[in-house]
Amino acid sequence: MIPLAYYIALSAVMFTLGVVGVILRRNALVVFMSLELMFNAANLAFMAFASYYQALSGQMFVIFVMAVAAAEVAVGLALMVAIFKAKKAVDVDEMSSLKG
Amino acid sequence: MSPAVIIFIVLALVAVACAVAMLVSKNAVYSALFLVLNFATIGVIYLMLGAPFIAVAQITVYAGAIMVLFLFVIMLLGGENLRLGEPLRGQRLIGLIFGAVLLAEIVLLLIFRSGMDQMVGTLTIDTSPAALGLEMFNKYSLPFEVTSLVLLVAVIGAVILTRVDPIRRPGKPDQDRKDQSGRQA
Repeated sequence: MIPLAYYIALSAVMFTLGVVGVILRRNALVVFMSLELMFNAANLAFMAFASYYQALSGQMFVIFVMAVAAAEVAVGLALMVAIFKAKKAVDVDEMSSLKG
Repeated sequence: MSPAVIIFIVLALVAVACAVAMLVSKNAVYSALFLVLNFATIGVIYLMLGAPFIAVAQITVYAGAIMVLFLFVIMLLGGENLRLGEPLRGQRLIGLIFGAVLLAEIVLLLIFRSGMDQMVGTLTIDTSPAALGLEMFNKYSLPFEVTSLVLLVAVIGAVILTRVDPIRRPGKPDQDRKDQSGRQA
């Protein structure tokens, strides 16, 4: 038996690391990976509470989050390839064409 | 400390170390591989929570499919070695401070909430794929359909975003076309 706080603490630390990665890294692919890390942190919290409440709904949410994350990665990486074709870079600082 | 707590702490340390290594490694390929290890560790934690189906889905979908796609695109675009520069002065420091503030906020919220000292064991209800499928198609059939639509839209979007545009804007250098005609000839 493990205290619920341990799971939530691990989830919080992973989520924060994901946020820091999105803020600090300039490589768009690493920014995407940090997003995946944040998805995983949320999934971990869902699973911990699913076990705590002995309910299946938490697991259902995790399955849906996984499906949406897969869709997000497919579209995101396609965007990345398209941006690379246009700008020859995967640096997020290069993607500032809309800046006024 | 019970053995379960020790195993959990070791897994948590590995997961956090992998996440940190992913953030600081210069090479994007190493970042992706560290993230694979992180996902695998989280999968083992899911096993400890008594959810074998989700654990296997985590390994196959995240560590398998998604990260292979990542590695493929990293190597396709050659985004391995991007500089770790700091375009805005002091951005790294401020980002770390904001991250620390976010973490402190979450921890404070947890401390002031009751019920966080409760113990979590493994799931004792039926978590077999059959039970999950029944739950999905009885209670969650509408979200299931919406998810299928999301996946369809994502597939179409990915195809349209990456296709080579046959209609070029006038006056634009047309290298792809030349390459293709050269290949055909």
